[in-house]
Amino acid sequence: MKYLCLVYLEKDKLHAVPDSECMACGNGFRQGGVLVAAEALQPVDTATTVRVRNGKTYITDGPFAETKEQLAGFYLLDARDLNEAIQMATKIPPAREGSIEVRPVRELVP
Amino acid sequence: MATDSIQQTIEAIYQSESRRVLATLIRVLGGFDAAEEALHDAFRAALEQWPRDGVPSNPRAWLVSAGRFKAIDAARRQKRFDALDDVGEKADVAVIDREAWADNESVEDDQLRLIFTCCHPALAPDAQVALTLREVCGLTTEEIARAFLTPAPTLAQRIVRAKGKIRDAGIPYEVPARADLPERLDAVLRVIYLVFNEGYAASSGQHVTRHDLSTEAIRLGRLLVELLPEPEAQGLLALMLLHDSRRAARSSPEGELVLLENQDRSLWNREQIAEGTRLVEEALPSGHAGPYAIQAAIAAVHAEAATAAATDWDEIVGLYGVLMGLTPSPVVELNRAVAIAMRDGPAAGLAIIDGILARGELRDYRLAHAARGELCRRLGRTAEARASFERALALTRQEPERRLLERRLAELSK
Repeated sequence: MKYLCLVYLEKDKLHAVPDSECMACGNGFRQGGVLVAAEALQPVDTATTVRVRNGKTYITDGPFAETKEQLAGFYLLDARDLNEAIQMATKIPPAREGSIEVRPVRELVP
Repeated sequence: MATDSIQQTIEAIYQSESRRVLATLIRVLGGFDAAEEALHDAFRAALEQWPRDGVPSNPRAWLVSAGRFKAIDAARRQKRFDALDDVGEKADVAVIDREAWADNESVEDDQLRLIFTCCHPALAPDAQVALTLREVCGLTTEEIARAFLTPAPTLAQRIVRAKGKIRDAGIPYEVPARADLPERLDAVLRVIYLVFNEGYAASSGQHVTRHDLSTEAIRLGRLLVELLPEPEAQGLLALMLLHDSRRAARSSPEGELVLLENQDRSLWNREQIAEGTRLVEEALPSGHAGPYAIQAAIAAVHAEAATAAATDWDEIVGLYGVLMGLTPSPVVELNRAVAIAMRDGPAAGLAIIDGILARGELRDYRLAHAARGELCRRLGRTAEARASFERALALTRQEPERRLLERRLAELSK
């Protein structure tokens, strides 16, 4: 089985743990052969929500706000910039039913 | 004396060139904050060097290079500060000095890049407006805050956040591809029209600063048409010019609102009307005329009528019909109903308005009730007119509109 471990933090605690410690943790998992993918994320301020309704793309600033929606999956994509990432997000089928939050990955600083 | 006049020249160049220089520096340096600092440094260098060496033949190019070199210097100092190590310097300079910077076509497009980046749909709508006024128009944060009646720290925060998102989320600094252009242009036009209406709608208090917003929006619209002569950009500029042409006539010296039919048409700005009408005539036959161009065409028909009675209402009804086809909405239907009332008599218009209200639409829209009140008054249905004006009054939040409705109600009692 694969498990997705989601990390939650209050905004002012985003940097409470040093990046180096997180990298060491990731390396430990990698050496143990259990790591599939791990990334830190930019703050929620940088999020963009993409929805597709009747073939039309709707883009809004910020994370999804619909409280009835729950996290149902994820894609880690490599895009040139936000425009390309949004383009890709519109192709994810549940964009038609719910919403896709596009959040940039943050490079850890050793 | 000579120094004074050079200072004035620099001031004038700042007014005309600083936004263009900034737009290029953002591309060359790859970020808003670095570019703003470089712009500042470039003008400081100009203030030092131009009185001594004279004004360069191409001030914009001079300022871009000066800003770029200042930024490279700053990066070097930062590097030394960070690592106390000079070895990597040359490589760093190469990173900043992208070869594309001297490409002339790129330079021409920089202002468009800036406009499209500030109006990117991934930014919050109020941030798009603030960022456009700040970066493209060069308004200060305090000026924008005053015009939008928002506390300056809130507005500053909004701008900082938007710039942070552009940087961290990787919003590209580019003019959208042809395929994405219509949708992205819509967003730009929406921002410009919002700025215009913010200045135009407020006819009480904050006179001066708010008027500046309309002027700023027209300037932006003109810049956009110059850079990207799309029919809808022309249509929006025409619409703003034609509305703005009535500015002097739409309020009395006492600050009371004057309706279109009662305006002193000799106060209308003929130059703006001529420019607006010419733009409409260019945009309409293109086959790509959209809602802005059609609304501008309606305003142009009003503008060419010598009196309210002489208005070509048949033409206006037809144009509202076209607008209904492009962007169907009960508000457009309401406007069409008013035009039909002018063409075919109040009863015909009233029937349509009652139809809209019976469908449950526009019940909380003050102008629907104000229009209904007016048509009832013309038909001599005084009690109904009173009820509708009172409903409109209860829904109105703007002071001049409130006073206008109170006057209408008082006239009914005579």
